[in-house]
Amino acid sequence: MGRWGLLLPAAIFLALFYFYPLGSMLQISLARAETGLLGTLGSVFARPDLRKVFGFTVYQAALSTLATLALGLPGAYWLARFRFRGQALLRALTAVPFVLPTLVVAAGFSALLGPRGWINLGLMAALDLEAPPLALTQSLGAIVLAHVFYNTTIVLRLVGDFWSRLDPRLTAAARVLGASRGQAFRQVTLPLLAPAIGAAVLLVFIFDFTSFGVVLVLGGPRFATLETEIYRQTIYLFNLPTAAVLALAQLLCTLALTAVYARLSRQTAVPLNLRAARDTRRPLQSAGERLGAAAMVTVLVGLLVTPMLALALRSVARLEADRGQSGPVQPGLTLAYYRELGVNRRESLFYVPPVTAIWNSMSVAGATVVLALALGLPAAWALASASEAASGPSGMQLPAAALARSALARGDVGAAGGMIDSGNATGPSAGAGRRPAAGRGAALTALDALLMLPLGTSAVTLGLGFIVALDAPPLDLRASPALLPLAHSLVALPFVLRSLAPALRSIRPRLRQAAAVLGASPARVWREIDLPLVGRAVIVAATFAFTISLGEFGATAIIARPEYPTVPVVIYRFIGLPGALNYGQALALSTLLMLVCAGGLLAIERWRIADVGEF
Amino acid sequence: MKRQAGLVATTRIAMLAGLGAVLGLAACGTAGQATPTGAAATPGGPRTLTVMTHDSFAVSEAVQVEFESAHHVTVQFLKSGDTAEALGKAILARGQPLADVFYGVDNTFLSVALKEDIFEVYASPLLAEIPDEFELDPGQRALPVDYGDICLNYDKAYFSGQGIAPPARLEDLTRPEYRDLLVVENPAASSPGLGFLLATVGHFGDPGYVDYWAALRDNGVLVVNDWETAYYTEFSGSSGQGARPIVVSYGSSPPAEVLFAETPLDDAPTAAVTGPGSCFRQIEFVGILRGTANRDLAEAWVDFMLSPRFQADMPLQMFVLPVNPNAALDPTFEQYMAMPEAPIVGDPEEIAQKREAWIEAWTEVVLR
Repeated sequence: MGRWGLLLPAAIFLALFYFYPLGSMLQISLARAETGLLGTLGSVFARPDLRKVFGFTVYQAALSTLATLALGLPGAYWLARFRFRGQALLRALTAVPFVLPTLVVAAGFSALLGPRGWINLGLMAALDLEAPPLALTQSLGAIVLAHVFYNTTIVLRLVGDFWSRLDPRLTAAARVLGASRGQAFRQVTLPLLAPAIGAAVLLVFIFDFTSFGVVLVLGGPRFATLETEIYRQTIYLFNLPTAAVLALAQLLCTLALTAVYARLSRQTAVPLNLRAARDTRRPLQSAGERLGAAAMVTVLVGLLVTPMLALALRSVARLEADRGQSGPVQPGLTLAYYRELGVNRRESLFYVPPVTAIWNSMSVAGATVVLALALGLPAAWALASASEAASGPSGMQLPAAALARSALARGDVGAAGGMIDSGNATGPSAGAGRRPAAGRGAALTALDALLMLPLGTSAVTLGLGFIVALDAPPLDLRASPALLPLAHSLVALPFVLRSLAPALRSIRPRLRQAAAVLGASPARVWREIDLPLVGRAVIVAATFAFTISLGEFGATAIIARPEYPTVPVVIYRFIGLPGALNYGQALALSTLLMLVCAGGLLAIERWRIADVGEF
Repeated sequence: MKRQAGLVATTRIAMLAGLGAVLGLAACGTAGQATPTGAAATPGGPRTLTVMTHDSFAVSEAVQVEFESAHHVTVQFLKSGDTAEALGKAILARGQPLADVFYGVDNTFLSVALKEDIFEVYASPLLAEIPDEFELDPGQRALPVDYGDICLNYDKAYFSGQGIAPPARLEDLTRPEYRDLLVVENPAASSPGLGFLLATVGHFGDPGYVDYWAALRDNGVLVVNDWETAYYTEFSGSSGQGARPIVVSYGSSPPAEVLFAETPLDDAPTAAVTGPGSCFRQIEFVGILRGTANRDLAEAWVDFMLSPRFQADMPLQMFVLPVNPNAALDPTFEQYMAMPEAPIVGDPEEIAQKREAWIEAWTEVVLR
């Protein structure tokens, strides 16, 4: 049962820092219900406004997820299958939106799309219009656009990186056998990508489903999701029982979604010969391919990079140029806001030099990467190898998967893996462990779902849970800075698992078995088979943990903190005060955050130098 | 071939381990800076006093050091979100208080704090210096510290450019020349939004305020959820370059625009509407949290906050006005600070009782 032992650290971590605080908060909240739990349930579900909130939450999440896929899947294809200049930079840049505070993103969007944004001003000038033609702020469109802006990177990373490791000879074999390009995609590539797409859809949907800042700031008061409603009920109305019921409803939805996903993913996972990305990418050849890549890059840059560029530009543009003032107007560029960051003008006790704030953010992010990987790697490995023993083979009965397998079996003849494996994908041993493991499959599904829960949990409920639960030694962490990486890791862990699981599940058991037969210890098997094959996935996981921490998702917004300000905290301090210098400094610091993040991502990408996917 | 791959893999593990070690060390280094909250006094060393506040709290370093050396104490500030968030946390931590003192509850939330009984009684001798109008808690659990006004701000350049007079009273905003010019915050999600709703309730009465809001809706009022979006994204008088020249903000915003101007300004680009009953007066309070282990230090801190030294420091740090009339004011601040006529204060008890109903009625009229 060594595999199950590997789950222990993650399980203990979740029990202490997730279930215990969350349970305490829900218990305290429901204890305040004057009508008891059932009465509260009844009154909440009887309210038409709350039912409407629930409906809208699902609707906008579905819409946003579809839009994100529509951009992310083609983007993943072009990034995965082709080699072109600036690819690494583009990949890093598309992940940067993840770390930006919502208010700053709103500023970027309004600089572009607002009533006096550049696009509206340009259109008004070009078409000789009196009023701005686009009214995108404070609308459902703004919500969806912002969700696409934030979450496309999830699809690009999870699907793109898996895609880049698929052996192109699989589709080549299908084509040789007479399949059209579309058939080869539908019947070979798509089924093989299914686990990665499923993981991306799940994560994107849950992120949109629990959206808070985007809905509040860009959607405006006419829109509410469960998450914003839980916040309002908790903080402004102090109606804790209603908030608790809504938080539970949100949790149950996450649980149900994850359970469905977990079942599907086990049915669709197929052991594969993964290849090194550098072997599967090829240069753009035909004019059509060049055109396609150019279109893709343009769309990605247009939607994901220009709002950030707008922000960066505004941070060096004089903001007062066109305002009424009696002094001389000096339009043009300025570094005043960057210089001002280094000045403690009011001799305030709470002044934070930008370097300190960046250092604080990077330290927390570093600690989060280490913690989330330390907990997630063993857990993902245990889940993947246990699920393969439990229910992997049953999935092979799906027609699509069977087709894929036959293509696979043909396609990988001569693949490097052939030195151990003769090319028969699963082999007769596949069904061996099936019957006794049926109950285990259910247990796994449940466990898998539990590990996803922190992502779908109301941030305010969990954040206040830390205060009511972690209040006695040895866990008196209520105001400790250690709570930051702990809370970030809770959010990062599902991403780490989702990044690793598809890659781990795709390793052919035969490779491990062969290594074991040749005398390798389990540790050595892991080191020499699993780690090299999933090295790329580990990088993806680290990237997610890093950006999630820098962006301060979830409960961290609610955590009380002593003087230990990270970059987003300082940005919010500036943007909360009137005055050009404050606004300018908020934009300047946001630009620094983007640079630091892009630099960090490029550095993480470099770790895959050897890309040891082949042997 | 295989051996080579193994070697590469091993190198990679070593590198990842190295990265991990560096990051781990970094984390330890920063974690070590932190002092646990409410830590017992180390023998011989200074004691620690913890003050829980909202995120807008600020103080000069020099003023802070003065208190610390006078009382041989280290003061730690626990910033806990906006006013409502911080209060919610203080209430939930009742019995195991997160801090010794709580500063920042205002008159819109005062009744909640008193009902939840989070404060101990403290009749500070400094109260003698403070006008009675600010002392809204006769039980002397929450003591007034500062006040500020939530007022309409307008973009001076817009009105002089258009040749229209800026609004002078709340009633003006329903006139056709002010159509589509106003942006306000949602009272269900924002403290200035709530304050402005309370000003209209105080000025027009209940249910008169509902008709007023219906007229504002018909005249094209824009509602956003937060002050930042209202002021920086929608308001034309700020550096954010929005499209609407009237916004709900603070009486202190015009002086802040001058003090935080990028190039020195001779005049504020914005001004506040100060006609009778057009602003809501927000008063902020401090109290000693029930169950503190440092009652003596907590009393000393409350006295210090009410003393002229701290009170005079507040305007430029937090953009609020001192309740202690013996505190001197900064000249720029005094020049541009809006001084509204007959601001609405409101009875905390009534606000606590009716807030939800007022917001509900407002939502019904304005948003649906």
